[in-house]
Amino acid sequence: MISIEDLRFRYAKGEFALDIPALAIERGERVAVIGPSGSGKTTLLHLIAGIRTPQRGRVVTGGVEVSGLDGSKRRDFRIGNVGLVFQEFELLEYLSVLDNILLPYRINGSMKLDREVRRRAVRLAEEVGIGDKLGRLSVQLSQGERQRVAVCRALIAEPGLLLADEPTGNLDPANKGRVLDILISSTEASGATLVTVTHDYDLLDRFERVIDFKDFYSADAGEPS
Amino acid sequence: MKDVLYLAWRYLAHHRIKTAILVISITLIVYLPAGLNVLVNRSAAQLTARANRTPLLLGAQGSSLELVLNSLYFESDAPELLSWAEAQRVADSGLAEAIPLYVRFRARGQPIVGTSLGYFDFRGLELAAGRSMAILGECVVGAATAEKLGVGPGDSVVSSPESVFDLAGAYPLKMRVAGVLAPSYSPDDEAVFVDVKTAWVIEGLVHGHQDLAAPEAASAVLDRQGDTITANASVVQYNEISEENIDSFHFHGDLSGYPLTAVLAVPESDKSGVILMGRYEGEQEPIQIVRPIAVMDDLLDTVFTVHGFVVAALGLVGVATVAVAGLVFLLSLRLRRREIETMIKIGGSRAAVGSLLVSEMAAVLVLGTLLAGGLTLLTSRFGAVAIQTFLLG
Repeated sequence: MISIEDLRFRYAKGEFALDIPALAIERGERVAVIGPSGSGKTTLLHLIAGIRTPQRGRVVTGGVEVSGLDGSKRRDFRIGNVGLVFQEFELLEYLSVLDNILLPYRINGSMKLDREVRRRAVRLAEEVGIGDKLGRLSVQLSQGERQRVAVCRALIAEPGLLLADEPTGNLDPANKGRVLDILISSTEASGATLVTVTHDYDLLDRFERVIDFKDFYSADAGEPS
Repeated sequence: MKDVLYLAWRYLAHHRIKTAILVISITLIVYLPAGLNVLVNRSAAQLTARANRTPLLLGAQGSSLELVLNSLYFESDAPELLSWAEAQRVADSGLAEAIPLYVRFRARGQPIVGTSLGYFDFRGLELAAGRSMAILGECVVGAATAEKLGVGPGDSVVSSPESVFDLAGAYPLKMRVAGVLAPSYSPDDEAVFVDVKTAWVIEGLVHGHQDLAAPEAASAVLDRQGDTITANASVVQYNEISEENIDSFHFHGDLSGYPLTAVLAVPESDKSGVILMGRYEGEQEPIQIVRPIAVMDDLLDTVFTVHGFVVAALGLVGVATVAVAGLVFLLSLRLRRREIETMIKIGGSRAAVGSLLVSEMAAVLVLGTLLAGGLTLLTSRFGAVAIQTFLLG
């Protein structure tokens, strides 16, 4: 599913550098990525999703060499194949829960928003327990509910790969478990691959594999942005 | 595009106060110069149209603008008075028809225009109901006045005292409405027309009272010297002219000295007009003769000069407002940087995200411009009336 070869990435400003000689993640695998802050875990997710491109090496995701695509093709690839969940949820405050879930279909002309997609959005919301809050604004929800909306947004396009950047970082213990349950059950049901950056070491036993990042980076100064 | 417009609408609706402020700002910067232009042009057209149709105006020396505004629009205070003899002088010259005007009194706020029947022919005014005034104490009301006062033929209109504290002043006169004019969409619609003699009755120069020779008036008589009888204030004065008392109304003094506010002179020809004007050119001449259009053009020159300054100032304010609106938009972009980054991260196309931001700005501009357009239309329809009320009233 994901194959990284001889990758080197360095930010334009700063001494941070990420070197990954080789990394492979199988389709349907559940992988946790751990490591110290600033070690490049988020950067890895961005490289896999095609948000950033490496200075050297190849990133192949779902059979597509993402690192070789231009900007618009990477965005088109991402919206149809990769679901992203962020630590800060990143919901649009002026949209309702339903509109937030449907957002990927409204911001890329290659996606068609039809009845089936709307039905899927409602079904996803019901599955994660926010089916009765579809008309509310995100600011009217609890932290846990917001992250569940973000998960639904990531899953709405039925991606083969779900990348979650510390999805439980802002949640209380009860919600941590629940959100992780949702991520795992959703990807298991669809056969999607799940790559999650986390600092919650007590959740690691829920993953099939753990990648420790301390071996991949070097930093003389500064953190990756 | 539909989805982008939907997102833009949701953003604007959610931030409704910010949106409203921006829309109002755009509306004002578009409307103020446009509306002012329409207002000035419409008002100028209306003012000059009436002035254009009025060839010459005679009045006592003084403010020519006051003379024109009073005689044509029945606004402004009464100008310096001239005598009835001046109307006779014009008529006797054979150069022009003389239409007397005595515009000084009001009836419930409506101007009472003392004139002759020649005025109706000159202005092309037609009766919608009733007939013209035929005897002393009758009036013909303009269409708007009839509606405002709720009067028609057979009803009465009472003149308002010039000052309620003037105990020696003329009594209010109850005038019978003989007819109602058809709308002319001019200041004539607002007037109460009476014969100039009726206007003199309102002033008290012509009056009627109980017969002082009659026994019931004996207690009011102070002195009798031949045909001259002096009476005190208890003598009964008539404040309505009827068939029974009309014969008791009489003039005091020489009619030629009775006052007018203006004489409307309608020359037989252009040449007659020029000759007539020449007769009032003397430096010691107590009478002025003016072409109303020239007076209004002078006024409009001033208005247009001020208008130019105002439009220039509004232009500068507009530039500043657009700059502030742009700044607000740029600051809003900075505040929304994370939102924009999120949309790009999850795969939003730059075109869609850019369209979203442009749509929001365009919606504000379009809404503001539409509102300004609506206001400008309203101004073009009602602005001229408003300016007559506020500028001339």
